[in-house]
Amino acid sequence: MSTYRAPLRDMRFVIEELVGLQDISALPGCAAVTSDLVSAVFGEASKFASQVLAPLNRVGDEQGAQLIEGEVRTPPGFKQAYEQFVAGGWNGLSGEACYGGQGLPNLVAMPVQEMWNSANLAFCLCPMLTSGVMDALTLTGTPEQRATYLPRLTAGEWTGTMNLTEPQAGSDLSAVRTRAVRESGQYRIHGTKIFITWGEHDLARNIVHLVLARTPDAPQGVKGISLFLVPKFLVAADGALGARNDVHCLSLEHKLGIHASPTCVLAYGEHEGAIGYLVGEESRGLEYMFIMMNQARLAVGLEGVALAERAYQQARAYAQTRVQGRAIGQTSEERVAIIRHPDVKRMLASMKAHTEAMRALAYSAAAALDKSRRHPDDGERKRNQALVDFLIPIVKGWCTECGVEVASTGVQVHGGRGYIEDTGAAQLLRDARITTIYEGTTGIQAADLVGRKLARERGATAHALIGEMRSLLPQLAGCANAAVAVAHAALAQAIEDLSAATRWVVDTQSSDPAAVAAVSVPFLRLWGVAAGGWLMARAALIADVRLNADVEPEFYAAKIATARYYAEHILPQSSLLAKIVVGGAQSVLAFSEQQF
Amino acid sequence: MKVLVAVKRVVDPNIKVRIKADGSGVDLANVKMAINPFCEIAVEQAIRMKEAGTVSEIVVVSIGLPQCQETLRTALAMGADRGILVETDVEVQPLAVAKVLKAIIAKENPALVIVGKQAVDDDCNQSGQMLAALLGWPQAAFISKIEVAGDHADITREVDGGLEKLAIKLPAVVTTDLRLNEPRYVTLPNIMKAKKKPIEVIKADTLGIDIAPRLKTLKVEEPPKRGAGVKLADVAELVNKLKNEAKVI
Ligand SMILES: Cc1cc2nc3c(=O)[nH]c(=O)nc-3n(C[C@H](O)[C@H](O)[C@H](O)COP(=O)(O)OP(=O)(O)OC[C@H]3O[C@@H](n4cnc5c(N)ncnc54)[C@H](O)[C@@H]3O)c2cc1C
Repeated sequence: MSTYRAPLRDMRFVIEELVGLQDISALPGCAAVTSDLVSAVFGEASKFASQVLAPLNRVGDEQGAQLIEGEVRTPPGFKQAYEQFVAGGWNGLSGEACYGGQGLPNLVAMPVQEMWNSANLAFCLCPMLTSGVMDALTLTGTPEQRATYLPRLTAGEWTGTMNLTEPQAGSDLSAVRTRAVRESGQYRIHGTKIFITWGEHDLARNIVHLVLARTPDAPQGVKGISLFLVPKFLVAADGALGARNDVHCLSLEHKLGIHASPTCVLAYGEHEGAIGYLVGEESRGLEYMFIMMNQARLAVGLEGVALAERAYQQARAYAQTRVQGRAIGQTSEERVAIIRHPDVKRMLASMKAHTEAMRALAYSAAAALDKSRRHPDDGERKRNQALVDFLIPIVKGWCTECGVEVASTGVQVHGGRGYIEDTGAAQLLRDARITTIYEGTTGIQAADLVGRKLARERGATAHALIGEMRSLLPQLAGCANAAVAVAHAALAQAIEDLSAATRWVVDTQSSDPAAVAAVSVPFLRLWGVAAGGWLMARAALIADVRLNADVEPEFYAAKIATARYYAEHILPQSSLLAKIVVGGAQSVLAFSEQQF
Repeated sequence: MKVLVAVKRVVDPNIKVRIKADGSGVDLANVKMAINPFCEIAVEQAIRMKEAGTVSEIVVVSIGLPQCQETLRTALAMGADRGILVETDVEVQPLAVAKVLKAIIAKENPALVIVGKQAVDDDCNQSGQMLAALLGWPQAAFISKIEVAGDHADITREVDGGLEKLAIKLPAVVTTDLRLNEPRYVTLPNIMKAKKKPIEVIKADTLGIDIAPRLKTLKVEEPPKRGAGVKLADVAELVNKLKNEAKVI
């Protein structure tokens, strides 16, 4: 596999020039987040990604995590890498300062996480889940729970897991059956959880499981589910580790990708009952989960960006060196590198354009998330909260689906060698494949977008965002650059498509929700394509100004070329997608089950 | 004991450099820059000595453009205590570096100066030696081990025939070789703390020394491309080729 190099220039472009780091630095508690600090943090994080995490990606894939007598052994090198990760203080990247974290805003943390995900997705899932548990406890834990668990989780001394899924409860969590029996100040948990990422391992001394379970007298369905904290080793008040709790890893799944990440079947309470502690209030477990899921879904969307970037770098390196055939129109006998062939160029352009647009969208959502939490003005906080809520299913759904496509194109660029494991291109495709499934499948993201996010507020946020996109058009029209003019025309059309489809969804949702559901995934994709096109057009405008001032011509000219490709090859999909949304539902619904 | 370490900002060694079209030098526009790896080893050594209790303060010095502050910040994030930037946009060559450092050393009075044996951009391997000469201090170049014992330092140097062990009196100048240590990864909390450590900026022209370049670069060009290799069947064929074609044995 080619060596990974963090795309630091594009990352800095997106956060500083496109999204606006200065808006984030201006937020309370973010004064230290200046351009030079960011560049120091990115520099070291990229070094860690390239030198420590990336070299383990292959061995992780080949050897995978192994279950040996109830204990999970991680692939060679993972334990040392995790120790280095913790010693470097990286686990506390965005953790709160009062628990030992650095409290960096999402806009800075996201690019760092992108680098690590690109280098080694399977490894990164462990800290990602830990940070999910940190969010949950910060939000709803008792002061004692926070004092005991948060400093150790922030340091990475202990890790965390999320236990939602059971055999009969996947997308539909209301079907959770795991029981929690009250017992003087604590609970005994009984049940089986499946697919638990990093549910058991040898990287850290303790594992803090957050478990969805039902109390005995709780109502059926969504309302009756509570959230419990179940440590692998019980913890004394001073933080010392005590007895082994009754939670055990029964088996590990054999899976398509992310082999180094142990996916566990966890048995709770097979013996005396696992001791668990209520988090927040009884019966509000799912509600808490949904709050945390926002961050987790953003994080998974980012995995799509990260794998796309890695696949692009890999394909580019291969295309530069693989010699095959002659260039079209060339008269000499010389064989050329495949990067000279127009179709290979097209594939690389598609990979690059998708990746940059996805990155721009994901980081924009991160900035909105920061503002929703830290902005001093209540109205701004609310406006940004609505924006993040709306963007999250799009970031999760679109960036992961595109991540898979880009990784697949990466295999294609390699020809036969892409299908052979040696190049590493195949691993990226296999690893990427999970991202459209966990933390809610694309179908579930689309349902969230049309149901919870759009219909509930009759498209208010969506239309506000469309309005913002539209307000860019005059600026694009006023630009002399030919590529920007192309972007202008394509974006104007995409905005029409987007607003027509959005109106149709809002209008149809109450009368015919099944019709909306039948086309909700193309609708989500339409939003991704159009929002990506809007951000690429903005990027082109910025690049044009810089080029006119003769600043970094190579970078900005490539940015404009990429925006133009996006406008001519990707953005036009909006018309097709809008057509499918508005007119395609009935053909889906018309199928009888017998016709399959 | 105070230690002074000099650090140079160079093109990131992981990057493939390109030569400017007019052959006047390496194209540095928008290229990722980093601390010179040998300087990084020098900083690491000073920090290890501080952690071991032999060093009380580490001052890092860089000479060049304002952007060298980034390089100083890297050293501060590794664990140095404070930085000095001698700012100039003149191309500083080894003798100029030695003169500037001498001026700074006159103010700072360190007991030990650690510098990299060379910078990976111009590979001069001169500044440390020139500095020791200007100061009239003992020097030990290419060290792979150092231990301070009272008023002297026990040094191990890597020489062609093996290891050379010597003791030099302090104050002294030493230059680092690759095997001296393996620099640590900078931790996130230390990056954050480094932001608050002081960096003093001194304009080079206030030092009253002549730092004008003495050498003129005539032309920079790519090394000749290596021809394709050939696969040989066995050692006998190799020996035959070395004898009869390459005529080296
Ligand atoms: C490697 C891996 C790691 C995982 N890690 C964790 C973890 O750490 N913790 C955890 O709790 N879980 C974890 N999961 C579980 C994961 O979140 C679920 O697999 C996922 O949510 C889908 O649930 P399911 O597998 O039961 O599929 P199902 O819910 O059965 O879905 C099957 C198909 O039906 C569709 N579908 C289902 N319901 C609807 C609906 N209402 N509307 C439209 N379409 C629908 C889905 O989109 C999907 O295409 C992991 C899974 C894997 C494979």
